[in-house]
Amino acid sequence: MSAMEQIPIADASRRFTTRVQAALFPTLAQSLVSLALLSLIGFVVYAFVDWALIRAVFSGSDGSVCRAPSAGACWPFITHKMGVFLYGRYPEAEIWRVNLTYVLALAGLTPLMLPGVPRKLLLSLYMLIVFPALAFILLRGGLLGLPLVGTELWGGLLLTLVIASVGIAASFPIGILLALARRSDLPIVRWAATGYIELVRGVPLVTVLFMASVMLPLFLPPDVTIDKLLRALVGVALFSAAYLAEVIRGGLQAIPRGQYEAADALGLGYWRKMGLVVLPQAIRIVIPGLVNSFISLFKDTSLVLIIGLFDLIGIVEQSVQADAKWFSPQTAATGYFFAGAVFWIFCFAMSRYSASLERKLENRGRS
Amino acid sequence: MNNDRAKRWLEPKTWAEAAYDPQVRAVVFQSLLVIVLLIAATEIVLNTAANLKKQNITSGFEFLSRTAGFDVSQSLIPYSSKSSYAGALLVGLTNTLLVAALGIVIATVLGFAIGIARLSPNWLASKLALSYVELVRNVPLLLQLLVWYVAVLRAFPPPAEALGLPLGAHLDKRGLHLPQLTFEHGGGALLLSILGAIAAAWFLTRLARQDRDGAWKHSSFIAAAWALVGIVPFLALLYAAAYVSVAYPTLGRFNFEGGLSIEPEFLALLIGLSTYTAAFISEIVRAGLLGVPRGQREAAAALGLTRRQALRLVILPQAMRIITPPLTNQYLNLTKNSSLAVAIGYPDLVSVFSGTVLNQTGQAVEVILITMAVYLAISLATALFMNRFNARTAWAER
Repeated sequence: MSAMEQIPIADASRRFTTRVQAALFPTLAQSLVSLALLSLIGFVVYAFVDWALIRAVFSGSDGSVCRAPSAGACWPFITHKMGVFLYGRYPEAEIWRVNLTYVLALAGLTPLMLPGVPRKLLLSLYMLIVFPALAFILLRGGLLGLPLVGTELWGGLLLTLVIASVGIAASFPIGILLALARRSDLPIVRWAATGYIELVRGVPLVTVLFMASVMLPLFLPPDVTIDKLLRALVGVALFSAAYLAEVIRGGLQAIPRGQYEAADALGLGYWRKMGLVVLPQAIRIVIPGLVNSFISLFKDTSLVLIIGLFDLIGIVEQSVQADAKWFSPQTAATGYFFAGAVFWIFCFAMSRYSASLERKLENRGRS
Repeated sequence: MNNDRAKRWLEPKTWAEAAYDPQVRAVVFQSLLVIVLLIAATEIVLNTAANLKKQNITSGFEFLSRTAGFDVSQSLIPYSSKSSYAGALLVGLTNTLLVAALGIVIATVLGFAIGIARLSPNWLASKLALSYVELVRNVPLLLQLLVWYVAVLRAFPPPAEALGLPLGAHLDKRGLHLPQLTFEHGGGALLLSILGAIAAAWFLTRLARQDRDGAWKHSSFIAAAWALVGIVPFLALLYAAAYVSVAYPTLGRFNFEGGLSIEPEFLALLIGLSTYTAAFISEIVRAGLLGVPRGQREAAAALGLTRRQALRLVILPQAMRIITPPLTNQYLNLTKNSSLAVAIGYPDLVSVFSGTVLNQTGQAVEVILITMAVYLAISLATALFMNRFNARTAWAER
């Protein structure tokens, strides 16, 4: 052991007060900054607790209880409207179908996301082929004796999850094809893919949604009508595919040349080379990037409000603006807080998951 | 080589041979793609034409010169309901550019501050910055805009009970009312002196920078040069004081009158866009600062630079090379996200043109194509500008 290594760098056994002093009050200037920040935190926490708990209204059957000048958060607005926020106008007697769909999704997703669970391929096939069919039959009905529930009745969190998951599932294969096409040796294929990707990435999602909602019906033969939800889904999937393609292209570029050449040497054709050798490695590398794209897609689903679909944010906004029964100065803040909390939990969980995958990949690279 | 290729191409082959020839395959495959794309395009054009005919909509861009007939709440250029649809397009475009440009400036300043705070030795500062980023990044921008607009700015008291701010400004539910400076006869001189002082300071700074080892290189010299920017216009102001008048917003019968009023829609969009983008920029700045090798920080410390000097003179300039490309993406995102203005009624390009004009004229195809083309042009121009900036900061690569 050299003398260098014996110098204690951080003494874990130091007393708590000393550690706090070192972290927060090392110099006069730092102490002033710390004090300012402490008072800021104190103020924010106090204001929030005061609003959400102390001055909050917890029971009542309409907005009149929340109209008192000193009232804080209007929680009965959330509890009374919970059904609408979660399921939209989905008929109450049929809500078990939505919940069953959630259970089926969780049954497939949980083992898929946990590391170490075997048969990932089988599970992926279930999630990509069996589950969507089951979910469609369950949610929409009109088959197997289930009464039909039109998509115009879907709303709230249900619609958010439907748009996000269909958007993800549909844009993923398109994204892979676009990424492959952009790296193709065939110039026309490459130009077409590059043009599409750059065009879509250069415009806001709002304009793509407008296009899907207004122009898509014009593109189709005059006698074909297309469901409003389906239009939004087409718009979201086409938009998201361009972003996914760029993420996947990054993965394709990171695969060493030798892998391509080895596949060629084995006599594999283009599709088998890509499907069996290159893509499995490329997609594994970019999983964190893909999850990040999914988080943006999930947040972006709220934009369907602009073309008249009511996802979670849309339906909260509608209840805040248009429900005279619950009108009060605190209704908007409470509703937004609820919607924000739900979105935050979903997105934060996904970003944590992505970060843990990233760490795992990094470790694998080092060992 | 080429000759060989041509010969191989011309040689007679069996069908099986041809089917496995990569060149033949390339030609066939791409021809098929072109044919499929052409068929799809023709189908779309024919269907659209048929649908438009059925709805009695004449296509074309003549509608742009027709009278718009609607008012817009905020406009940088002269516009009235008698202006044309093309005028409305311009108003929307300038409003989008205004909020995007201001948003980019604020988001950059805020994002750099938060990104640097993330790496602060002060535990509270770094954790507070982390909480900000995690809170803001994981909530949809649309919701944040609604919060700023409906729950914060529209929740302010009516004009009669407006919140008084320093310098005679007022904040109420109709927006922010600021005192406005009006330059009369001496105004031009004042503006000229400001511009002249900035030009002089910029020139002196360049001179000081180029003179690498001379006495000019002193940083206090640069500071003095920039002090000129403050002093010269101040002297000019003293001279012209008689000609500059300040119009304070005063409470009229229903609303504030005089001064400069900023609409709450604009404020909400600006605050929402810049605070949201700042969270993403701060992560980029943090990654950029961490990307500078440790040795650079240690070398700066060994030279006796303080932490602040090391950051400004050694770390940040090198980090900028890592930061600039993703920063460009964030600027583009902010500009594209400004289209969410339509949700809170700020008259941006989408809300004025794809919203009101589309509804009034029914020219869906033309309106949406123009909107998309404008955004594409803005994206390309920003990317071009930032690539030039990037080329300048990346020069020291060896």
